Amino acid sequence: MSHEIEPISDPGLPDHVHRATDTNPVAEKKAERQVAILFLLSAVGTILFIASYIFIPTTEFIFLPVMGTTNAHELFLGLGLALALLFMGLGAVHWAKTLMPDEEVIAERHEFRSEESDREDFVATVKERAAAAGLGRRSLIKRTLGLSGGLLAASPLLLLRDLGPLPKNQLQTTSWKTGTRLVTDPGNRAIKPSDLEVGAVAQVLPQLLPGEERTLNNIGKDAVLLIRLRPEEFELSPERLSWTYEGIIAFSKICSHMGCAVALYEQQTKHLLCPCHQSTFDVPRAAKVIFGPAARPLPQLAITIDSEGYLVAQKPFTEPVGPSFWERSS
Amino acid sequence: MSAPQTPAGKVANYVDERTGAAKWLKKNLTKVFPDHWSFMLGEIALYSFIILLLSGVFLTFWFDPSQREVLYQGSYQPLSGIKMSAAYVSTLHISFDIRGGLLMRQIHHWAALLFMAAIVAHLLRVFFTGAYRKPREFNWIIGVGLLTLGIVEGFLGYSLPDDLLSGTGIRIAEAIIQAMPVVGSYLSFFAFGGPFPGDAFIPRIFTVHVLLLPGLFLALITAHLMLVWYQKHTQYPGPGRTEKNVVGYPLMPVYMAKAGGFFFIVFGVTALLSALASINPIWLYGPYTPGQISAGSQPDWYMGWLDGLVRMSPPIETHAFGHTISWNILIPGLIVPGILFTGMALYPFIESWFTGDKREHHLLDRPRNAPNRTALGAMSLTFILVTLLNGGNDIIATHFSLTINQIMWFSRIGIFVLPPIAYVITKRLCLSLQRADRDLVLHGKETGRLMMSAEGEFIEVHEPISKEKAWTLTQHEQPVALEHLTEDEHGVRNPNSRGSKLRARISRADAEQIQKPGGDTHREIE
Ligand code: HEM
Ligand code: FES
Repeated sequence: MSHEIEPISDPGLPDHVHRATDTNPVAEKKAERQVAILFLLSAVGTILFIASYIFIPTTEFIFLPVMGTTNAHELFLGLGLALALLFMGLGAVHWAKTLMPDEEVIAERHEFRSEESDREDFVATVKERAAAAGLGRRSLIKRTLGLSGGLLAASPLLLLRDLGPLPKNQLQTTSWKTGTRLVTDPGNRAIKPSDLEVGAVAQVLPQLLPGEERTLNNIGKDAVLLIRLRPEEFELSPERLSWTYEGIIAFSKICSHMGCAVALYEQQTKHLLCPCHQSTFDVPRAAKVIFGPAARPLPQLAITIDSEGYLVAQKPFTEPVGPSFWERSS
Repeated sequence: MSAPQTPAGKVANYVDERTGAAKWLKKNLTKVFPDHWSFMLGEIALYSFIILLLSGVFLTFWFDPSQREVLYQGSYQPLSGIKMSAAYVSTLHISFDIRGGLLMRQIHHWAALLFMAAIVAHLLRVFFTGAYRKPREFNWIIGVGLLTLGIVEGFLGYSLPDDLLSGTGIRIAEAIIQAMPVVGSYLSFFAFGGPFPGDAFIPRIFTVHVLLLPGLFLALITAHLMLVWYQKHTQYPGPGRTEKNVVGYPLMPVYMAKAGGFFFIVFGVTALLSALASINPIWLYGPYTPGQISAGSQPDWYMGWLDGLVRMSPPIETHAFGHTISWNILIPGLIVPGILFTGMALYPFIESWFTGDKREHHLLDRPRNAPNRTALGAMSLTFILVTLLNGGNDIIATHFSLTINQIMWFSRIGIFVLPPIAYVITKRLCLSLQRADRDLVLHGKETGRLMMSAEGEFIEVHEPISKEKAWTLTQHEQPVALEHLTEDEHGVRNPNSRGSKLRARISRADAEQIQKPGGDTHREIE
């Protein structure tokens, strides 16, 4: 194959084309006036801002199409600010574009690499100084300096130790004990099986002992969902079936994936759905994961009733609730 | 020399006698900056950072970073008498009782979204034009650092008000920390001062959000800009523009006026958005409690890709020897992001390895003239797009009446299949654009006018393009594939033969180009 054409060469920077404002005094005056008007409009924006701050009460609301109901005070404050800023900017840009010099200039670049002689001088200086200090010879000094420097740098990490306690068994345990009553959340009322119709769901928490306070830390581990099915709808092992009571089954509400609250129950399909990443748990089959990233079923809480007929935990959870962690054994 | 007479002259004299600033300023006030709209993307990022500093400092005057529980008695009636954290109360107070407070919250949040969008757009501009090549690798790495910190900073800010949505985000962050092998539960307890959610986390991230990270941002942004200043800006190819010069406008007055004006425009647009469009109405979500959740939970968009990855991950955990490893969290939450960001940071070095190009570059590439890079970029973007799509799967499902199941499987397969397809299509597209350029230079542009030839055939009249345009279309270099060297020039066997083979293969893909008119005709590919 041959050259179809000769290589094209750089024609160089094209000639500068003058703008109307460079050559025509009328156009120049006009541009000047436009810039001034833009700056004045900016001042109008600031006045709107100040007036809204003073005169529009913070309790005033107005309806905006598309955007809905908005606080009028904040709206006009914002509009005033926006106009003030926008016109200030537009004025400056218009000024630069119409009235400031628009001829392109050329500047040279220089290579960043130092001259060879400078580099050699640099290396020579470093070597000479290092030799004068005996860096090459005095290895004892270097090693001890390295050792103590390392120690000094690492030890402040120690100060971070008190950021928090050690986990101990706190990730493994909850407040649920044998015989703990289930109480409604909100409301803190103990419940009887008859309070729940078939198909209903309820969020419950462990009943507080006198003097105990409920913290968010507790809720983060203790929250439980009760769901009532018809007993014949369960497909459970005999052991797990014995953890239910008259069709009522209880699961940890804290997602086994990353700990969100598993809040959506679909009555027809009997699925529990976590809105965070859509892990879906099949209630009749002990919350087996049927979709999504969760790798484990929701832990099931064994329940029964106490002598007064209130729902209680048969025993604590048999596995840790919530997301996985290294020390978790199953 | 006569003594200065005017007040300004006296001040200048006073300062210069003590610093010698005049010499430096004289040189730098006429510094030349090339002009192009795509160079404004970095500016937008800088300006929105300044807006974040201003609005953020305003918010700190009233925001109370405390997880102390209080009963709300404030002016927003629907939440009256409900238990919530002091942080949430103070955010309600800023929104409803401080004049301009809601506006400032909205400005802060909109500016954060704009900041991240501008960083990403700026990064894409730099990538697709090859601006990260020698000598600008340091600035590329600083940029990747700023992007990473920006994501963290945004997430922490979003978490501060302690509403139901942001608390859910913290819950997920905690699960990622907790999932780390061996150290996870310890790190989580240290970060939260005990079990989740505790009462230490918000005060701690507040310090990080308003002091530690802004400080780091300032340091990194300063270094970034100093390097731009010192190394001079890159420029797009064109007549008169070479590797050895910069063509543009001087700093004073044109650039100062334009850049200064542009700051006000960016601020003005942010203020306009904030006045009109409500963002993060935390009073509608309610205070955080671990037992509740709002349906359709969505993070801000710059976290959406991570959420999408987590959502599509298959349900795999390993249980062995009394321990658990949650691959379903580690892979999407730590491993894949780690690979993505490391790969991004190292890309300039990877490219220079497989092109063998160790020279300085100050002229930008037109993306079509670097088909391999452009295709790699499109491939990565497609990957992120699939994750973003899956991050909004619940929203998409309801809007387009699909099932979440369908979108999830689309994403799980698409994440592997679509990026390579994007690579192939983009590369072809680049090559056909190169072909079009070539035709333009060789045959001129179509005029739309028809002419009858001597044989009675209609042909379209072509007009030659200007010599400036022809130069712009042909000034670039075209790469030559590197040889696979099994022996070095002295005939010694290359110990790194496998690396060299891989390099030769990538290099061959990189050198696949349509030969430019007037270029070196000895190359095989066409
Ligand atoms: C790159 C920088 C920054 C980003 C991306 C960012 C992002 C955010 C976001 C998304 C929020 C949630 C706002 C909401 O919707 O309520 C927030 C809250 C907050 N930010 Fe920032 N921010 C940045 C810098 C700063 C700085 C420099 C300060 C102060 C010096 C600051 C102070 C605050 C405060 C006090 C809040 C909580 C108040 C509230 O939400 O009403 N931020 N930040
Ligand atoms: S936290 Fe429930 S699916 Fe992820």
